Parts: sequence; C-alpha cells; structure tokens
Amino acid sequence: MDVRKVAKLAHLEITDEEVALYTPQMTNIVAYVEQLNELDTENIEPMLGGLTAEGAATDTRRADVPHESLGQKNALKEAPSGVGGHFQVPKVL
Amino acid sequence: MKEGWEAIIGMEIHAQLATETKIFCGCATSFGDEPNANTCPVCLGLPGALPVLNEKVVEYGAKAALALGLNINEQSIFSRKNYFYPDLPKGYQISQYDKPFSSDGELVIMTAERDEHGRAKDFKPMTIRIERMHLEEDAGKNVHEGLPETDKYSYVDLNRAGTPLGEIVTKADFRSSWQAYDYVNHVRRALQWVGASDADMEKGNLRCEANVSVRKVGEEKFRNKVELKNLNSVRFMQKAIEYEIERQIAAHEAGEGVSQETRLWDEKNNKTRVMRSKEDAHDYRYFPEPDLQPLVVSKEFIETMKAQMPELPDAMRDRFMAEYNLSFDDASQIIGDKDIAAFYETAAQASGNPRTSANLMLSEFVRELNNSGKRANESLLTAESFAEIVKTLDEGKINNNQAKEIIVESFNTGKSPADVIREKGFEQVSDAGAIEKIVDEIIKNNENQVNAYRGGNEKLFGFFVGQVMKASQGKANPKVVNEILKSKL
Ligand SMILES: [Zn+2]
Repeated sequence: MDVRKVAKLAHLEITDEEVALYTPQMTNIVAYVEQLNELDTENIEPMLGGLTAEGAATDTRRADVPHESLGQKNALKEAPSGVGGHFQVPKVL
Repeated sequence: MKEGWEAIIGMEIHAQLATETKIFCGCATSFGDEPNANTCPVCLGLPGALPVLNEKVVEYGAKAALALGLNINEQSIFSRKNYFYPDLPKGYQISQYDKPFSSDGELVIMTAERDEHGRAKDFKPMTIRIERMHLEEDAGKNVHEGLPETDKYSYVDLNRAGTPLGEIVTKADFRSSWQAYDYVNHVRRALQWVGASDADMEKGNLRCEANVSVRKVGEEKFRNKVELKNLNSVRFMQKAIEYEIERQIAAHEAGEGVSQETRLWDEKNNKTRVMRSKEDAHDYRYFPEPDLQPLVVSKEFIETMKAQMPELPDAMRDRFMAEYNLSFDDASQIIGDKDIAAFYETAAQASGNPRTSANLMLSEFVRELNNSGKRANESLLTAESFAEIVKTLDEGKINNNQAKEIIVESFNTGKSPADVIREKGFEQVSDAGAIEKIVDEIIKNNENQVNAYRGGNEKLFGFFVGQVMKASQGKANPKVVNEILKSKL
C-alpha cells in the first residue's frame, strides 16, 4: 500500500509518522474487503453497479426541462471570493 | 511525410449533446449567459446534492452512436474520474469507464490527401474502428484574462459544468493528418444530421484531441505518443498533426527521441508546445458512481432509435450520384448540409432536371445562403419556385444568366419567379415568325456582310446573331435565332 501516493493524489500532506500509522491500517481495510474473494461466485450472475436486475431496470431519468437556476448572485454568495461574477481562485496554469 | 516513416494517429472527439438542460440537473445549457448564472447545487457540487440523468442525453447519445456505426450497450454504468482542478467543483467528473454507453463501431469515411494548395486528389473509402462513445459531464471554464489581478488569480465560470458530452474514441487507425481531418468533418456532419449535437467547433461544442506517434515503416512496436490539445478548428487540427509528425520524425532521426507528453497547438506561431509532461500524468482512480443507477436501455428502445434514423449523408450522396447522375464533388457539396440536401432533392424532382438544379444551386443559391447567413429552409425562394426557374430555363424561355438573376432576386425579395420574369422583361421571344421578320430586316440592311459571309467568311455569323439580339432587345431565343439565321443565309 503506497500511502504516500494515495495522499498525494488526494492533495493531502502527511508526515512520516502518519505514513507509519496509516500503512498497516489501510492494509487491514483492504485485507478485510478481500475476504469477499473467498466466496465461490462461479454460478452467480454479475450485478451491475451493485444493483439487482430489478433495481437496475427502474426508470429514474428526468425530462429535459429547465428548472430555475440559482443565478449569479446566489451562486457566488457562499464562495470565499467572488469577483466580477466569477469564482476567484489561486492562479492556475 | 519523410520516406520510410509512418504516422500513427488516434482521435478523441468531445461532442456536446443538443439538450436544453445539463446532464444531471435542470440548469440550462444555453451559451453566452452571465457567468455562473446557470448553476444549482448539483452542478456546483454542493454537499448533499444528487445527480439525476436527463432522458434526452440517452436519446441523443443513442442517435450519435448509431450515426457513427457504434453498438449501443444495453447496460452501462457511470464512474467517477477523480482529479483536482478549479473548473471541476466536485473533485471528480462523472464519466463512464469500463462499461461505456456504446462501443465497437466501424465507420466508413471518404478521405483523400491534398496537394500544396489544399486541393483533394482522389477520395477513397476508409474504414475507421471506433472503440467507444461514452457519456459524461463537461467541466466549467477557467478564465485567465479580462478580470482583476490575473497575474495572481484565475477565475471560474461554471455555466458549462454539467453540460452533456459524448466522447468518441477511435483506434489509432489514421496514417495521415488529412485522414483525421476528413474523419472529424464526417463525424461533425453525422452528428448534426441526426440532431444529436450542433457540433459547432467555434462555439466549442465539438472539441478534438489527437494522439500522434511515428515509427519506421515495417516496425511493429509503437514509439512514444504525444497528445495534442487546443485544436480549435478542423484546419488547425490538421496543421498541428502535420507539424507534430515532422517534429517527431526529426527528433527520432536526430537521436533525441520523443517524450510522452501533452502539447498544445500554438496558432500564432504555427507550432506545438509542451503543456505537461508524463511526470504529472494523471491517475484518475475511477470507481462506479454510487449516486447514479446503472444506465439500462431496452432492446425496444434501441430498435425505436434505429427506426428514427434518417438516411445518413454518405448514403444520400451515393444515391444522388446514382439517381441524379451527379459527380462525387457536387453530391458531396450538396450533402454538406442537411437543409441544402433536402432543398436540392425537392428542386431536382419538381424540375425534372437534377443536373441543372445542382449547377444553379451550387453556384447561385449556396452563395446567396452564405452571403445572407440564412439556412436553406429559411430561404424566401422555395424549392418549388427554384424548380420553376429550372423548368423555364429548360423550355428556352430564359437564358442561363437570367435564371441566375431570378434566383438572386427571388431569394432576396420572396417574389415568385414569374413576377421577376415579368418585371425584368425576361420573357424570351421564341415565336419563329417574329424572329424571322427581324432576320429579314437585318439581311436587307447589311448587304456587304451578307455577301462576305456567303463568300466564305463564316466568322460573320456572330455579327448577325448580335444584330438580331440587339434588334429584339435581347429577348429573342438564341436557339431559334441560330436556326433561322442559318436557313436564311
Ligand atoms: Zn445545475
């Protein structure tokens, strides 16, 4: 388990001590889930996205009809910094 | 391309699907609104908001897939593609990964290399394998100029975030930049044709990326490939690929090698430049989107979509060539636009002269359309009236230039061709008796010329035609004039 790589991808800064602490913990989590591999699934139909066939067949789509949006002012209200109608963020690129 | 080398190119096209609202929320997809106006908790990625799939995305996705020869998968799932960027509010993009909406397509395109003037040589069919077209949401837009302190800050507009896209990925089947060019044009037209996407590159609702590598002819292994981005028009894309092929061959020959990286097309300097190198290549950690159900479509739905498919442009082109005897070039131009093609078909049938209909359409009518910015179905000159003009021309009542003039006038004013003919006094005199009278008069008044002509100076024939036309104020039917003159002289 490369905890440093996972942390980097998640934009988390972690110390060497934390790496030492988390590595066995995360290894344990993965090992726990791996118990599922012991089951014999030979004759079991694979499920799609964790749903039963019945659940997967349920129609849950919406019509292509516009709803009212928040509008610029409301959209920016909770932003730490809204300038010129935009979300202002540290320089990228 | 330098002798002994070949290029290996794969294409990715993002096409915005033509829905009114976003893929997972009811915010409008309209273009050019106030920044961040068309947003809601779902597309802003606010905590607790849940996505709900837009049914039209499935329909347009299906039509796009069928137009590109893809197989629609009855079951597909959405996945999260995880990465951090300010234009991606949730920290992940909802896309599809291991079970895409459609896959395994084969598309036949017509393609040709071009000479140094950009003229196509010989169009030939080529089969492109399309790996998949999956459905996903677009990101927002980062803004780097036109706002305060852009040296320190960037700005984000999330109106585009959540706009539905179909991402179309081919196998690396292209061997030249022109093949890629013809492919993108084919896709663009096919998507517009079935109404799945406006596919307008200028508005950014069709974006393409090219993966380019080169190798020695006969080599089996692939060398490092470069991903080209920022290709804002089909022409820029073609130029960028061409540039990249030459750059890579030169780098390999100089022993420098090519690094696996993303490069941008710099249209000011006509070259590609590095955007990011392999070291920061992303690891997206895809996993199934738990907030959305699997996307299941029935066999019946797929059959209904197939039944709704119109005749596709390439099939129509082949039919026009066979039925109306048009050349490949003319037929290709006519099917370049769905409304023009429909206009043409009506005019060709109503006039009974498909050849002349095509000639007049491609010269006068298309030019008027371009000048006015109108679409063929908005023309004040209807296809039926257009056919009337062609018929009148065929009957010899007007000449070719007059036909063109009538087209322009009717197009701009909406007047019927018959009215324009009357107003402009275009009615030709085909009455042999009236013309004979004029001819007799001319022969009487030009004795010298008549003797010279009869003595063998055949060039003078044109002189007599000119005199008759002048005397009839241009209204005499030239065919009849020729016949009468020949018999009388
Ligand atoms: Zn929204």
